[in-house]
Amino acid sequence: MAAWRGNAGSMLGILKIAYKLLVNDRAKFAALLVGITFAVFLMIQMTSLFSGILNRSSATVINIGASMWVMDPAVQTVANSIPMPDYVLDEVRSIPGVKYAVPLYSGGALAKLEDGAYQAVTVMGLDDSNLFGRPALLEGNIQDIFAENGFIVVKDAEFPKLNNPKVGTTFELNDHKAVIVGIGQVATSGLFGVPTLYTTHNRALQYLPNTRFTTSYILVEPKTTGDVATIEKDVKAMGYLALTKDEFMDKISTFYKYQTGLGTNMLLMTVISFIVGLSISGQTFYTFIIENLEKFGALKAIGAKGSELVAMILFQATFTALTGYGLGIGICAALIALARLRIPDYAAMITFPNIGMAFVMVVVIAGISSYVGVRKVLKIEPFDIFRG
Amino acid sequence: MPNVAIRATGLTKWFGEGEARTVAVRDVSFEAYFGEMLFIVGPSGSGKTTMLSMVSGILRPNAGKVEIEGSDIWSLSDDGLAEFRLGKLGFVFQDYHLFPRLTTVENVAIPLILQRHNWNEAIAEARKDLKIVGLDSRAELPPVKLSGGEQQRVAIARAIVSRPDILIFDEPTASLDGDTGRAIVSFVRKELLTDKRCIVIITHDARIFEFANRIMHMEDGKLTGVEDIGAGKTEVSGET
Ligand SMILES: Nc1ncnc2c1ncn2[C@@H]1O[C@H](COP(=O)(O)OP(=O)(O)OP(=O)(O)O)[C@@H](O)[C@H]1O
Ligand SMILES: [Mg+2]
Repeated sequence: MAAWRGNAGSMLGILKIAYKLLVNDRAKFAALLVGITFAVFLMIQMTSLFSGILNRSSATVINIGASMWVMDPAVQTVANSIPMPDYVLDEVRSIPGVKYAVPLYSGGALAKLEDGAYQAVTVMGLDDSNLFGRPALLEGNIQDIFAENGFIVVKDAEFPKLNNPKVGTTFELNDHKAVIVGIGQVATSGLFGVPTLYTTHNRALQYLPNTRFTTSYILVEPKTTGDVATIEKDVKAMGYLALTKDEFMDKISTFYKYQTGLGTNMLLMTVISFIVGLSISGQTFYTFIIENLEKFGALKAIGAKGSELVAMILFQATFTALTGYGLGIGICAALIALARLRIPDYAAMITFPNIGMAFVMVVVIAGISSYVGVRKVLKIEPFDIFRG
Repeated sequence: MPNVAIRATGLTKWFGEGEARTVAVRDVSFEAYFGEMLFIVGPSGSGKTTMLSMVSGILRPNAGKVEIEGSDIWSLSDDGLAEFRLGKLGFVFQDYHLFPRLTTVENVAIPLILQRHNWNEAIAEARKDLKIVGLDSRAELPPVKLSGGEQQRVAIARAIVSRPDILIFDEPTASLDGDTGRAIVSFVRKELLTDKRCIVIITHDARIFEFANRIMHMEDGKLTGVEDIGAGKTEVSGET
């Protein structure tokens, strides 16, 4: 007869029992998984769509790629620029720590296509001397932007709205003749569903109606990153606002998150999916524990310690939560991929913060569910089990 | 002088307070010995289960003392009590309390797994005990596929798998027909009673009294008498 004494071994066997009690109850386990998976799916779907939209809203900032942006302090999104007088550019250039500063024109215009149809477009005017912020070209030569009426069109999801122009295609822009001299490519497409044209700063001013002031933004490259703070301070003293690329993107995100219905609704939906997930999974897990209460009581009577029962419940909750989490992310990624097949420009982006946030929420769901379970199980009197 | 396995002194338990207080067990003292099968009989509600729960470290007495192999169990911590139950006692609950989501052999292995034995070793050991109760062919089935008598035997296998010194049965034959009940108790006596083990059985079932060494009577929470049956002490076999 073996000497079956002592507690030398590990908890693995106990967790294996917990696993079997959970997974072998197919129907209940499936219900638990559906709850968590659904919640994670909703949370990720909502937040990734939102991230996608936020990313799009900063498309110009990303595509131009400048380190710092100088703008009117009232600017809230990149599309709605407030022109600044020309002297601002000279003053910015004279700030010590500025390596170079160039103007950027950003505005909207109406294009009349060859077939007579009108199409709204965004026009970006790049500094004539160095074309800072120019897109990578798929076709054509960048020098041709200086040729008469030269425009570069961006090949993105909105490109077909200009009837898929080629190099040499002509159209009218605010009654001026325009010619496509190049086809470009950018990192991120915009949010507003209109095609983007690039030209020189001077031509943009010629073609587009403008106010007394003409500089939409000033793009600044600091000499070193250490100069960023002084530049921001000096620009502020001038009555304008200098932001780094990331700060500008944050400002735009904040605007969409908190100043538009879009953002608040998305946040609300995320909270709702969390609550739905919590109640479905919490409820199912609670039922699971209640139905197994007697079994936990029997384990306790046989000699399981409170801490071991707690470990079992935590393991069951964690295992379910993580499986549901994985499934939820998987389904979400698959659906986004599927959506992209139909809508190539579908604005959804699964970011690490999204995944992290869903993870935290799943942990909270698992935590609350197991807390309820643990309380129940620790309260069972093995005497009641013994009495039958 | 026989070896004392259990010594209970002045055990008392009541439920509720004030007007509603019912005294379930009052001032019960007794001893149980290794190598004997002690039956506890008495009418329903006489406090048998309550008394034995206090003896097994499951229900804390309001007064009195329980010594198992000389040590006072109610001076132990909660974890200490759990370890004591796991190491020294084997329970067969009245309604078995088998786990429907585990296989029969996994059910039997539970005490060993709680003792942190390696899973495969525990299963192998459990399989041996299933063989002892004659159910090795059912090892991989869920217990619900087994008959009542078979489930009772699974519960017995689970109770003995950790080789406890003390085996406790609450109404082991209550849900079995007469023949099956007798067969099981006879099996317990023949195969599980050794001179290093003490078996205590609560029962109403007069048909199995013949297997007892002694019968303790309880009524209204009190011990009313002990009968010495002396059922074939000579039959007691070696170890199992
Ligand atoms: N948890 C409890 N709360 C209140 N009263 C209880 C509780 N447990 C037992 N009792 C009471 O204590 C008394 C003894 O109960 P116990 O279960 O020990 O009797 P028993 O002899 O095992 O009966 P049976 O043969 O029916 O199983 C009964 O009057 C019962 O109602
Ligand atoms: Mg009873």
